[in-house]
Amino acid sequence: MSVKRAIQDIPAFRTRGITKIYGGRGTAEVRALDGVDLDLPEGELVVLLGPSGSGKSTLLNIIGGLDHATSGQAWFRDQDLTAMTDRQLTRYRRDNVGFVFQFYNLVASLTARENVALVTDVAPNPMRPEEALALVGLQNRQGHFPAQMSGGEQQRVAIARAIAKRPGVLLCDEPTGALDSKTGTAVLAALEDVNTRFGTTTLVITHNAGIRKMAHRVIRFQDGRVVEIEENETRIRAHEVTW
Amino acid sequence: MLHALDRKLLRDVWRLKAQALAISLVLACGVAIFLTGMGMVRALDATLEDYYNRQHFAHVFASARRAPISLLGDVEAIDGVQTAEARVVGSVVLDLPGRIAPAAGRVISLPDAGPTLNVPLLVSGQYPRKTAQNEVAVTERFAAANGFRPGDRFAAIADGKRLLLTITGTVRSPEFIYTLPPGGLMPDDAGYAIMWMPHTATAGVFGMSGAFNDLTVKLRRDANRQAVIDAIDRLLAPWGGVGAHKRDLQMSHAFMQAELDQLRNMSAVLPPILFGVTAFLVNMVLGRIVTLERSEIGLLKALGYRDSEIAMHYLMLATLVAALGVCLGWAAGAWLSSGMSHLYAKFFDFPWLVEPHAIDVYAIAGLIGLASAGIGALRAAWAAAALAPAVAMSPPAPPAFRRGVLDAVSGWLRLPQTAMMVLRGLLRWPLRAAFTSLGLSLGVAILVASNFMLDSLDAVIETAFFKSNRQHATLALAHERSLSAVSDARHLPGVLMVEPQFDLPVTMSVGPREKKLAISARPPGGDLARTLNVDEQPITLPEKGVLLSAKLAEHLGVQPGDQVHVTLSGLRKGEMILPVAAVTQQYIGIGAYMRLDTLAAHLGEAPRVTSLNLWIDTDVLPELQAALKTMPALATSVMLTDVRKSFQDTISENVRINTLLFLTISVLITIGVAYNGARIQLSERARELASLRILGFTRAEVSTILLGETALLAVMAQPLGWLIGAWIAWAMMAGFDSDLYRIPLVLTPQNFASASLVTLAAVTTAALFVRRRLDKADLIAVLKTRE
Repeated sequence: MSVKRAIQDIPAFRTRGITKIYGGRGTAEVRALDGVDLDLPEGELVVLLGPSGSGKSTLLNIIGGLDHATSGQAWFRDQDLTAMTDRQLTRYRRDNVGFVFQFYNLVASLTARENVALVTDVAPNPMRPEEALALVGLQNRQGHFPAQMSGGEQQRVAIARAIAKRPGVLLCDEPTGALDSKTGTAVLAALEDVNTRFGTTTLVITHNAGIRKMAHRVIRFQDGRVVEIEENETRIRAHEVTW
Repeated sequence: MLHALDRKLLRDVWRLKAQALAISLVLACGVAIFLTGMGMVRALDATLEDYYNRQHFAHVFASARRAPISLLGDVEAIDGVQTAEARVVGSVVLDLPGRIAPAAGRVISLPDAGPTLNVPLLVSGQYPRKTAQNEVAVTERFAAANGFRPGDRFAAIADGKRLLLTITGTVRSPEFIYTLPPGGLMPDDAGYAIMWMPHTATAGVFGMSGAFNDLTVKLRRDANRQAVIDAIDRLLAPWGGVGAHKRDLQMSHAFMQAELDQLRNMSAVLPPILFGVTAFLVNMVLGRIVTLERSEIGLLKALGYRDSEIAMHYLMLATLVAALGVCLGWAAGAWLSSGMSHLYAKFFDFPWLVEPHAIDVYAIAGLIGLASAGIGALRAAWAAAALAPAVAMSPPAPPAFRRGVLDAVSGWLRLPQTAMMVLRGLLRWPLRAAFTSLGLSLGVAILVASNFMLDSLDAVIETAFFKSNRQHATLALAHERSLSAVSDARHLPGVLMVEPQFDLPVTMSVGPREKKLAISARPPGGDLARTLNVDEQPITLPEKGVLLSAKLAEHLGVQPGDQVHVTLSGLRKGEMILPVAAVTQQYIGIGAYMRLDTLAAHLGEAPRVTSLNLWIDTDVLPELQAALKTMPALATSVMLTDVRKSFQDTISENVRINTLLFLTISVLITIGVAYNGARIQLSERARELASLRILGFTRAEVSTILLGETALLAVMAQPLGWLIGAWIAWAMMAGFDSDLYRIPLVLTPQNFASASLVTLAAVTTAALFVRRRLDKADLIAVLKTRE
């Protein structure tokens, strides 16, 4: 077995018995994640499906280093995320994780280029902001403020910002949730492009069942548990996705 | 190359420019006053020390009736004395060319060997020649005010003898940095001259050959001051010594120290208030920004920004606002300091002023300014750093409103829903509401304190000139005279009424407490110079006993009915025990008062006179003034109407400056607090208000809700402001309480009303600015954006 193969054998993410409980102590306890075991191989595009409150976002937050699990363990490659301090999690996010959110979360007072520069300013080995914007087809919109762009454009800026650091993983929470089909397709195409071009492991949370056909792997959540994992033999391209 | 986060910072400041400016101005005010106060204190301190050292300003001062010059050797032999200088000092009346009223003068002898203490600093010309009979050096200010130059001449009447004096030069003296003419309350450069004359000539004029009547002493560093003073008192006692004293009773020095104290108080009280308001405003505004930028903070954390970087981002925002304030404060402080220097140059006669603009005062002022904004920003910065990223990304939970007492009360009062929104807003953030109200009340308080000063000085003038010293003029005699002086004065042109006064130098003591002063004896039932009781009603001088001014009674620890021990100083020897008949009210100086005949009986002699109080026909004033120029044995004449006028003029000028300063501070604080408070409410309630507009509320109705809270807080701030203002006034009154002068606590309804009107107008202005913003805002668009 070659060394390379051995590295690839280590999954990008591995979770064992991950549980997250909100509330307690007087207020009603909510079990957002209930002992989730998962292995997500490196380089895949994974779609997380499930109704609201099924635990998708909670999982994404934990493996993205935004939140702590109540119990269980989660690894990114060989790093135990659940053992990390806040400071180490910050370092982990800074070096490895790109986020894309449903509501874009651009800083309103910064231009497209500057929003991307927010990341390139602190990442260890970033691409130039212009380069990242070109990858999502926004090379001509660099000087525009969020308020001057359409929702699809804003989301593509968010993707450019996420990929500009050359992240190990890209975590997207409802990236097309606020978009119409045309702009949504453009955003999906950008994600697909990043996944194939850089081999970035990409997790996408969505309510849109159409998107699942793009994925290497589809994980279905219900009541804080994984109820089904499905691997696609054949995948469709982003522009073939219907809404 | 600016980082993206730094660009966000700059754009945030620009977006918040109105609020930032409002905060910066409050801070600038604090920095400027601190800079001016501290700068001037240091400059004055350094100038005094420098000037005193160079010109050998004495440590101990004493006077006697007439002491033999041989006594000087005994004074120099006292342990602790480094140098002693004996002088002859006397008062003269001046007849200046082109001036109708007589001017006053003080002649000081220049030792033959040249002065070694209180050395006058030559400004122009030269010192008079040792052997010259009629040559004097005069104060530069007197020369300038009268247009005199070396070589010019003027007439002086000393002891009835008319002398024609030639000015050889102009000088400045560390003894006369601040000079009050006899009986005056304000400097009078044109009407009062200090003159230095060779010793022999001076002694000749005042009949003091082989003698002296004024002693100044420089002490060794290790000297026991009190022991030296006691020794000097013992030596001078047989020669009519009236008590040696330290610099603290030297007029010029005492006024300089009073000025320094006032400056220190100003920089100790006002800047902390302004820095505190700054911290509060930064806290309030930044707290809101962090709430608004919750998701951006979450995003930055998701992107891998460290907590410290995010906290620093918000601290930097406060720092930029503070930096603007500090720069404005530096500029305003420099301007204010230069204004103060000019003002000082007007009242105080310094040969030079040590530069107040020391770089370290700027640095300290700047650091305090930055620190106060920083302290205000800490909570918000900490909150931003402490936000968990996953929590930050989700919208904040709606503020937890609860039903409470308010609802019961409002149900009973049938308050409309809009009023409920206002009231619940207050109760939801009680601490913020309390601090906002406190901030607004400080604006009121500062005005109350400022108005108080004006009212109080009016009361001082009323008491001093219209209730007690009602005479037009006071003539101080060169020597004691019998009561025949009264009938002589009646014959002066235009004199309608004459009342005699006899000032007897004494040391008054009760146990270990003692005070050197003069007992003023007057005929009973006098109508010009009157004594007032504590309620400021005139009281008749009692047949027995003495009246003490409240400050003196307090110093001696006595009440009416107690007894004071009186030791005569000057040429008379003896002691008396006097009962305290009552306590009197007076704001300028301290005093003890007796009936002329009672005092004469105690002394076992016929009543004597040292000064005359006149009521005159002012139409023939020029004739009287001409007559005074040649009146024998007249030491000085004081026109009380002039004294009052110069006092009022000076005060009204100072009050104008002060009022402007305090008004600026108050308005800046009020607008800073009201504007920022209203802007934050606008930002918090934007969605609510938009909803109301959609439901059919008019702009005016929506504004009422928004500005109702500000209005309510402003109204609540008024009584608190009055209270704090009254307290500041009380503290000022206590701070001004010295032997030189005191001020009464005068708090009028007009004072409170005008303070409230000004601040409420400022609040209204601030509110209108916010309302304009509300009118312009596209409230419907607000609803479409995510919080």
